[in-house]
Amino acid sequence: MSQFAINIIFVGGSFLLYIAIAIWAKAGSTSDFYVAGGGVHPITNGAAIGADWMSAASFISMAGLIAAGGYANSTFLMGWTGGYVLLAMLLAPYLRKFGKFTVPEFIGDRFYSKNARLVAVICLIVASVTYVIGQMAGAGVAFSRFLEVDSTVGLMIAAVVVFVYAVMGGMKGITYTQVAQYCVLIVAYTIPAVFISLQLTGNPIPGLGLFSTHVDSGMPILSKLNQVITDLGFNEYTADIDNKLNMVLFTLSLMIGTAGLPHVIIRFFTVPKVADARWSAGWALVFIALLYLTAPAVASMARLNLMTTIYPDGTSAEPIQYDERPNWIKEWEVTGLIQFTDKNEDGRIQLYNDSEAFAPTAEARGWNGNELVVNRDILVLANPEIANLPGWVIGLIAAGGLAAALSTAAGLLLAISSAVSHDLIKGSINPAISEKGELLAARISMAVAIVVATYLGANPPGFAAQVVALAFGIAAASLFPALMMGIFSKRVNNTGAIAGMLSGLTFTLVYIFVYKGWLFIPGTANLPDTPENWVLGISPLSIGAVGAIVNFAVAFIVSNATEEPPVEIQELVESVRYPRGAGQAQDH
Amino acid sequence: MSAGHSYDAEAYWKANLRLIFGSLIVWALVSYGFAILLRPMLAGIPIGGTDLGFWFAQQGSILTFIALIFHYAWRMNKIDEKFGVHEE
Repeated sequence: MSQFAINIIFVGGSFLLYIAIAIWAKAGSTSDFYVAGGGVHPITNGAAIGADWMSAASFISMAGLIAAGGYANSTFLMGWTGGYVLLAMLLAPYLRKFGKFTVPEFIGDRFYSKNARLVAVICLIVASVTYVIGQMAGAGVAFSRFLEVDSTVGLMIAAVVVFVYAVMGGMKGITYTQVAQYCVLIVAYTIPAVFISLQLTGNPIPGLGLFSTHVDSGMPILSKLNQVITDLGFNEYTADIDNKLNMVLFTLSLMIGTAGLPHVIIRFFTVPKVADARWSAGWALVFIALLYLTAPAVASMARLNLMTTIYPDGTSAEPIQYDERPNWIKEWEVTGLIQFTDKNEDGRIQLYNDSEAFAPTAEARGWNGNELVVNRDILVLANPEIANLPGWVIGLIAAGGLAAALSTAAGLLLAISSAVSHDLIKGSINPAISEKGELLAARISMAVAIVVATYLGANPPGFAAQVVALAFGIAAASLFPALMMGIFSKRVNNTGAIAGMLSGLTFTLVYIFVYKGWLFIPGTANLPDTPENWVLGISPLSIGAVGAIVNFAVAFIVSNATEEPPVEIQELVESVRYPRGAGQAQDH
Repeated sequence: MSAGHSYDAEAYWKANLRLIFGSLIVWALVSYGFAILLRPMLAGIPIGGTDLGFWFAQQGSILTFIALIFHYAWRMNKIDEKFGVHEE
């Protein structure tokens, strides 16, 4: 059977499964649509959160980022998992006790202000739309590589599948498809990793293999990798870094951004009890960690594999002939994600770091520049081919990449549509709307959100690439502090909360725009986006944490200068703190 | 909360805050501490071709986070019961 046929079977089979689940889990009420009826088991919810959270970025790009950056990019591993500790202790149980449908609804009620709710809706929509475009684009790329269709056509197919199960089933359909998608993506991710870890170290658990001995050289695998890449002029993989302030702030921004992302928070509204919300966060992190503990092993092993493929006789010998390159390089060359230029015309592939420091060595060896450019996003997708694994593993990776992209897209689309139908339409425009009317409005907003996301996925605007800066920056600087203060302080009032959110948001956006361009329009940046120009060496990607501090500080100062919140609001805060009496999430 | 429970309620919230505070110290210590700021101090402890700080950055911090959440959930459920604020 051809690889193409295998891919079709795996991807098609997984899609049929998702649609079958959607038909089974059709939403009949707004409670079904927004919170899956509120009866999801904490372990089921944990798996759904895992799929909701692990996006195309986690599945496809993260290992490539770590492979390229080594120790320095451990920030993604810690940042994207540490947020769950904050969720479990600072937000999820209390928001579950509050027992409503959306994140802006809590902010609106707690700060007794429609404007606060509106600010939260805008933050939610900007963060989620930025995020969802990347998922749709990622699904399009996976389609075009594995199913050999044009990426726009791939995007359309993805949109239709999401449309079917998200519009029909709402949160209920999304929850159970996400559980299925979690299973598909985790199996797809770990199988190649286990095989590669076995091949290189003899240890079947990738996270342990990472610190084991490399079978071929008898050295620890990380020492071997350090040796190979430093021989070729790259930085040592495990090297410590100088700018620790930025590393701390970047990790912190990712953590509090993760905790403040509405599409993750609303998943905690689907469990029956407050205690379940706590357990759910733990299970979610277990399911997420299965991938996140494997990713760093995939990163270093794939990088070592790539290097030993190009330099089969060691770094001091000559690299391989271009004509003798393995098949997977040929296949990825077709997509343009691997590019070769024979700069010194010797017919061999010189892969090394074109730095000034390495230039004398390169010259002495007759090298005329690095000749192989490998897009770091292909690392996970090409992994089974690099390790010579059978065709069905490649089909599985295709289905896994799509599961990761679609499950996150569906979660984000639900967060967007519930903000529109519940917070804007029911909350402001037409409070008298019937439940049936609201359910219809929710489905229509979901459909519109899918069309918009698909269009933007096919024609990505400048801000689409700025997910880390924009989505995490906004969630960290505006939503997380407002939610946390709403629970942990009885003194923060409407004026303080709104002033805090707006100043945190403005501060963060201005800092990002100064370096990345105003509204990300090319050529409008005031300063070049390089470490020498950053204030105190803080990158625009790390500024969300500082924005959060600004938000907290402004909210406290303004609140203390203005009057206390009314008694019924203080009682509301009191009530979210105690689990007793948490009914199912509801409308009124 | 009825008025008769107000003392308990306050003590319950304090117990929760203490537990959160302790958990977050560990949370910060393994990630911002061992994995980033204190890594040079742990450089003398070798593990698989690198040092303990690298292990915390790529494995240990995540494992600790899981343990922290389950510990918190387990302890809080006990505290809920002790103060009688658990769900029926």
